[in-house]
Amino acid sequence: MAVAATAGVVPARRDYVEDVVQAFVVATVFWGVVGFLMGTIIAFQLAYPVLNLDLEWTSFGRLRPVHTSAVIFAFGGNALLGTSFYVVQRTCRARLFGGEQLGWFVFWGYQLFIVLAATGYVTGITQSREYAEPEWFVDLWLTIVWVAYLVAFFGTVLKREEPHIYVANWFYLAFIVTIAMLHIVNNLALPVSFMGTKSYSLFAGVQDALTQWWYGHNAVGFFLTAGFLAMMYYFVPKQAERPVYSYRLSIIHFWALIFLYIWAGPHHLHYTALPDWAQVLGMTFSIMLWMPSWGGMINGLMTLSGAWDKLRTDPVLRFLVVSVAFYGMSTFEGPLMSIRQVNALSHYTDWTVGHVHSGALGWVAFVTFGAVYYLVPRLWGAQRLYSLRLVEWHFWVATLGIVLYITAMWVSGIMQGLMWRSFDHLGFLQFSFIETVEAMHPYYVIRAFGGVLFLLGALIMVYNLIRTMRGEIREEEAMVVTLPAGARAAPAE
Amino acid sequence: MTLDHGFVEKRGFLLLLLILVTVSIGGIVQIAPLFSIESTIERVQGMRPYSPLELVGRNIYIREGCYNCHSQMIRPFRDEVERYGHFSLAAESMYDHPFQWGSKRTGPDLARVGGKYSNDWQTVHLVNPRSVVPESIMPGYPFLLERDLRAADIAAHLRTLRAVGVPYTEEMIEQAVADLHAQAAPEGDHDSVLERYPKASVGDHDGQPERLTEMDALVAYLQILGRMVDFTAIRAEDLRQ
Repeated sequence: MAVAATAGVVPARRDYVEDVVQAFVVATVFWGVVGFLMGTIIAFQLAYPVLNLDLEWTSFGRLRPVHTSAVIFAFGGNALLGTSFYVVQRTCRARLFGGEQLGWFVFWGYQLFIVLAATGYVTGITQSREYAEPEWFVDLWLTIVWVAYLVAFFGTVLKREEPHIYVANWFYLAFIVTIAMLHIVNNLALPVSFMGTKSYSLFAGVQDALTQWWYGHNAVGFFLTAGFLAMMYYFVPKQAERPVYSYRLSIIHFWALIFLYIWAGPHHLHYTALPDWAQVLGMTFSIMLWMPSWGGMINGLMTLSGAWDKLRTDPVLRFLVVSVAFYGMSTFEGPLMSIRQVNALSHYTDWTVGHVHSGALGWVAFVTFGAVYYLVPRLWGAQRLYSLRLVEWHFWVATLGIVLYITAMWVSGIMQGLMWRSFDHLGFLQFSFIETVEAMHPYYVIRAFGGVLFLLGALIMVYNLIRTMRGEIREEEAMVVTLPAGARAAPAE
Repeated sequence: MTLDHGFVEKRGFLLLLLILVTVSIGGIVQIAPLFSIESTIERVQGMRPYSPLELVGRNIYIREGCYNCHSQMIRPFRDEVERYGHFSLAAESMYDHPFQWGSKRTGPDLARVGGKYSNDWQTVHLVNPRSVVPESIMPGYPFLLERDLRAADIAAHLRTLRAVGVPYTEEMIEQAVADLHAQAAPEGDHDSVLERYPKASVGDHDGQPERLTEMDALVAYLQILGRMVDFTAIRAEDLRQ
C-alpha cells in the first residue's frame, strides 16, 4: 500500500507486471526453437522416409501436429500473450488486472496446455482436426486458461488511465474473443468416458468439415493475423519512433478485416462435397479480404514515412518492416489461391504448404523476432542488445531460409498439380501417383535446408538474447552508413 | 450526425460487444443452413454406420495421423475420377465423426481405396511401404502387426456415436464385441456381421489368423472405404445439392 501511495495516480514503470512478460518472452523463444526443429525434422522425413524410424512416436503423422502446434500455439501463442500483457499495461497506463497471480496462472496454465497437447500427439491422442488436434480434456483446460486471459486483458482495458483504447488493443481483443468462440464451437464433442481420452465430434461429414475450416481459417485470421497486427501496431511505431500512419485507415481495416475473415473458411473446401453456394460465398469474401489485409500492410509500412533511412542501421526495425512486407505478399497470394479455378490446381499440393510458410515464417515469426529484440533489453534492464551485427546475421540467414522454402514449395506444388492432371496423347493419365511423389524429392531436400537456415537464425538469436540478458555488450563496429553530403548526423545523446 | 469512432474507443464493453457481433455473422450465415437445407446431403442407397472392427480401424487411422498426408475427398475432375473413381458425395461421410476429408495429398486419395488392393498387399505395404512401392515416402507401421487389438469398450463407442446421431441399433450395440471378433475371425459368424453391416470385409486381414491385431482393424477399415454407396442405382438428379 505504501508503494502505491507514493507512486501516485499514474503507475510508475516498476508497477507494471513485468516478470510474467519476461517468462512469456523466454517461452516464446524456447518453443520457437522447438517448433522450428520439429519442422526441420519432419521436412527431412519427407525427403528421406527412413527417418520415420518405423516407430509410432516418431512417424510423420504424429510429429506433424507437434510441429504445427509448437509454432502456432506455443511460439505464436506465447508471443501474443506476452506482448499483449506488455502492450495493454503501457497503452492503458494501468497495472495488469489480477496482478502477478492472474498473470502467472495464465502463463503456467498455457504452458500446461502446450505440454498436454504435445504429449498427446506423440502418444496418438488426437481429434484429427487440423490445428485443433487436442482432445476434449485439453480443450476444457484451455477454455479455463483463455477465460482467465480474457479477464486479465479486458480487466486492464477497463481500468485504464487513458481515455481511448489504443488500436493495438482492439486487435488483441478481437483475437481473444474470436479464438474463444472458434475454439468452443469447433471442439464440441462427446467423450466416450470421462476416464478416457477419446471423444467423438458432435458434427459429421460436411457440417463437420465446414465447422473445422471455419475454425481453421480463422485460426489464421485471428490468431496469426489479428493478434500479430496488434503487435505491429505497437512495435513498428515504437521502433521507428513514428506515429501510426493513418488513424482512419486503422479503423476501416480493423472492422473490415474482422467482419470479412470469418466468411473465408469454405475456400479450404473447393470442389468438395460442400454445396457450391457455400464455396462461392467463401471465395467471394476471401477475395474481398485482400483489401483490408493490404490496408493493414499499408498502415504498417507507411508508418516509416520519414524514417526509411533507419532500415539501413536498425536490423530490428528491418525484421518488423520485412514482416509486414511478407504479410502483404501472403495476403495477396491467399485471395489468389481462394479462386476456385486456381484452387483446383493448388489444393492438396505443396503450394498451400508454401503459402502458409510465407505467412508463418515471413510474417508471424519475423514480427515476433522484431518484438522480442525490442523487449529483451527493456525487460532485463540492459542498455541495448548484445550485438546488432548478430541481429543482422539472423535476418539474412532466416530470409535466405524462407526464400529457399517458399520457392521450393511453389515449384513442387505447381508441378505436382500439373502432373496429376496430365493426359497423354491417347487420353490416359500420363503419370502414376508415385511418379509425382518421386518428382518432389529434390524440392523436399531444398525445403529442408531452408528450414535448417531458419533454425540456425533462431539459434543466433538465442545466443544474442542470452548475452543481452546478462547485460553484456559486444564491441563491434557500429551500424552506420555513409550519409550523403549535407545530411545531418543524429545528435549526440 | 457524424460517426465518431472515438465513442466506441472510450467504451470497453461496447467495443467487446461490437466485435462479438461482427465476427459472428459469417459463421451463422454459412454453417447454420448446412444443418437445415435438405439437399445438402444427397439421398443415396447403401450408407450404413461403421462395423465395430472398421470403427476401431478408423480410430487407429486417426491416431496415426494418416489424414495429414491422405485425403478422402475426390473432386469432380476428369483426372481425379479416372485416378480414384466417382467423385465423393456428402452422403458418404454422413456418419464420419469427425470427417476425414484431409487437406493434403502427400500420398494418394483414399476415399475409394476399399477393394482396390488385397488384404495381403495392404498389410505388407503398411509394414514396409517400400517393399511394394520402392519410391514411397510413407512411414512404416510394423508395430500394428505386433499389437493385439484392445477394444473391450467398443459398445461404449457405439453408444457415444449414437448419441451424436449415428443410427446404431440396440442390437448392434449389444452385439458389438461379438461382431468385432466375428468379422476378423477366419471362421466367424460372418453372416450376422454382413446382415448388420453389408459389404464389410470379413475374415483374417493381417495374415495372422490366430491373432486379432490393430492391423486387422486398420485393413478392415481401408477395405470398406468408398464401397458403401451403390453407384449403379444413382441418377444425376439424386446428386444435385
